[in-house]
Amino acid sequence: MKNTKIHVDVDALKARHVLLKEFRYELRPVVRGYNMRTLYVNVSSNEIKEKAVSEEMKQKFTGGKGFGLKLLWDAISDTTRWNDPENEINIAMGPICGNTNYPGSGKSLVVSISPLTDIPIDSNVGGYFGPYLKFSGFDAIEIQGKAERDVIVYVDGNQGLVRIFEAPGEAVDSHILAEQMVELFAANELEKMHISTVSAGRGAEHALIGCLNFSFYDRRRKVSRLKQAGRGGIGTVLRDKKIKAVVVKYSGLSGKSNNPVDLDKLQQTGLKLHKEIIALDDQQCRMRQIGTAHLVEIMDEYDLLPTHNFKFGRHVKTPKINSHAFYDLITHGLPDGCWFGCTMACAKAADGFRLRTGPYKGQRVTVDGPEYETVGGCGSNIGVFDARAVMEINFYCDTYGLDTISFGTMTAFIMECWEKRVLNAERTGGLIMRWGNWKAALELMHQIARGEGFGLIAGLGTRKMKQYFVEHFGADPQLMQDIGCECKGLEYSQYVSKESLAQQGGYSMALKGPQHDEAWLIFMDMVNNQIPTFEDKAEALHYFPMFRTWFGLQGLCKLPWNDVEPADNAQTSEPAKVPEHVQNYVDIYNAITGGNLDKQALILQSERVYNFQKVLCMRLGRGRRIDDIPPFRMVGPVTTQEYKSREDRYDQQLREKVGVDPAGKSTKTKLKILRRYREEQYQHLLDAVYKRKGWTPEGVPTPEHLRKIGMDLPEVLAVVERHLR
Amino acid sequence: MKYLKTYDEKCIGCNQCMTACAMAFFKEDNPAKSAIQVVALPDGGFHLVVCDQKYRKCVDECPTQAISINRQGVVMINKKLCIGCFACVAVCPIDAMRRCDGLENPFKCVACGVCVKGCPTQAIEIVTEE
Repeated sequence: MKNTKIHVDVDALKARHVLLKEFRYELRPVVRGYNMRTLYVNVSSNEIKEKAVSEEMKQKFTGGKGFGLKLLWDAISDTTRWNDPENEINIAMGPICGNTNYPGSGKSLVVSISPLTDIPIDSNVGGYFGPYLKFSGFDAIEIQGKAERDVIVYVDGNQGLVRIFEAPGEAVDSHILAEQMVELFAANELEKMHISTVSAGRGAEHALIGCLNFSFYDRRRKVSRLKQAGRGGIGTVLRDKKIKAVVVKYSGLSGKSNNPVDLDKLQQTGLKLHKEIIALDDQQCRMRQIGTAHLVEIMDEYDLLPTHNFKFGRHVKTPKINSHAFYDLITHGLPDGCWFGCTMACAKAADGFRLRTGPYKGQRVTVDGPEYETVGGCGSNIGVFDARAVMEINFYCDTYGLDTISFGTMTAFIMECWEKRVLNAERTGGLIMRWGNWKAALELMHQIARGEGFGLIAGLGTRKMKQYFVEHFGADPQLMQDIGCECKGLEYSQYVSKESLAQQGGYSMALKGPQHDEAWLIFMDMVNNQIPTFEDKAEALHYFPMFRTWFGLQGLCKLPWNDVEPADNAQTSEPAKVPEHVQNYVDIYNAITGGNLDKQALILQSERVYNFQKVLCMRLGRGRRIDDIPPFRMVGPVTTQEYKSREDRYDQQLREKVGVDPAGKSTKTKLKILRRYREEQYQHLLDAVYKRKGWTPEGVPTPEHLRKIGMDLPEVLAVVERHLR
Repeated sequence: MKYLKTYDEKCIGCNQCMTACAMAFFKEDNPAKSAIQVVALPDGGFHLVVCDQKYRKCVDECPTQAISINRQGVVMINKKLCIGCFACVAVCPIDAMRRCDGLENPFKCVACGVCVKGCPTQAIEIVTEE
């Protein structure tokens, strides 16, 4: 089924453009994965300049998220908040980024002070923008200031040209805007593939959960597709800066664009993984068939699929939203990589999908996804067991520039508040927020996009809603804290962590807020019992966050690391680490940069940036132990209903771990005892992990540790000293 | 469809076809740069590996649509569009899409027939089938 055609009147759009600034720069090839310069753009003053990357910056911060955070640190003050002009949106790549050989090498890392958390958020996103910007000559783009009127920032990487211009005519919603950008800047059909756009949407103008869309033009579908820097509200920051789009155009990509030291080694390592994926993916994760949505039925089977605001971990109707349900909706047989050379090809999409609600009702569109997190958040967690409804929520979240994870988790919170009669039709302006009411969920989203009604309250995100419901609706503050699934202000991503203490830590200690990209330890901990002691868990909560941070320093995707495994991986000494793939990363890093990295030095690169980010949170008044405490819903049963749903498990824990005989005790009493026990366990875990990370019991990195890892920069030590006093 | 048809049983392993191919396309007598490969089998025989222009998995896999089928039914690589990811090499079920150290792009048999003349035993021939 064909999509509804988007008509773009290029001349009409161009006629309204007002050039504010033009900047020319010298074109230079990338050398061994680095440009050694970044691009600075200020949309208040229209200043554009390039900044040199020093050897020290490269050594200490490596690239990607490291560069983004370093630039952000230097740009802000201790009191900068998300909507201050000095806040930045920094998009950085990393030395490995943009190679076309190793699957998953096209990621951009976006850093900004988050409107949800008031600390730096970092988001890892596909699409062509990052690699094209890199080959245009920059290791990062740093965007500061606030424009007076809507602007577009345009980088032409072949002409060495950067422009800021007013763009009043362009759409705000991403699926239209991205099409307008390819029509505006591509001279012919082939060049459309050389354009990538960063944008948000109307939702991001009225909600703090705004995301960024990074486009990539799909030659076969002939449509601009969208990948999301979803977490933490960076789309909100973009629209607050009155930026409609940041666009890059670059022609000339090749296998040698990074000018690697050892192209043969890079090709060999990439080809080895390509072959592994082709041979094994069908029996392992089926990423090439259905993408991350394959996880839905697995999570349901292990009681981990968030259902009804994380109350439960499975549902009898899950087959209606599992991978097979979505398989019937998506288009098959296309090389769905979000960057060239990714044979994992998990960026699935439905085409000609007919919308049933909202401003584009009746139109047929391409929907990117859904990914697992979207199915969990906008499906089971809000009780929607309807694949087409999930698809539509996915589409509108993307084009409105809203994070599907935050939208799902906060809507789940709203629906539980409805169930518990904190909310009613009067308070929601008529929205019936019952479990499973997908039409109401979509109408809530359309309200956000229009800046109307209850949508404006929902758009504040879970943390601010808790407060609002207490103040305006007389809700019980303890209940709000227990069931509002956020930590540090960021909504949880979509896994039930109740029965895995290690994952509770993996979520709640994650620097940016509870996203699973630092650690996903549920199987190691809960299913396989490989990390039974606090020390074991602490070691895992050291190693995996450090290892995974490295993807963000390099411009890599995490998925090809362990969503396909070598056939003999289970026979290795540490299967959870996938040792052969870690060696692949060492090999491609050295092949591109000419470095001499090994597995230990890889962790050290991450540890420096990780601790820097931690100290940056502290500098902004957060990063304290209290900020790492999860809501109880993510730790154990809040209600008697939840306790009863897993009564045998909980009773057994009382008997065997707590030493209390549950017989004859009321559920309420058992709940109380279990809660005390689990909260204590979590505190012990914090102690163990902080110690392993080289931090004080308050979560402050010690000067000795910072010296040991080579992150003893004077400005970093100054913040730490302030907190140790 | 035009393709290079092979007769393993006639092959004597002289490698003349590989020389002819590598010389024609890369101007060096390097078997690694030949689009046809002579593989010695444990039983003393030989197996000829070359694109039969039939499976075409590479065409579907190529992210830039650099690989297409020409009018004669031959699978061709457009080097201007190829970004050297080698996904085509991985997906080829008969290992006929090739990669060689020192080269930026993959290469394959284009059914030109230059190797046929060099073969002393008629173990290969260019065939056109409907």
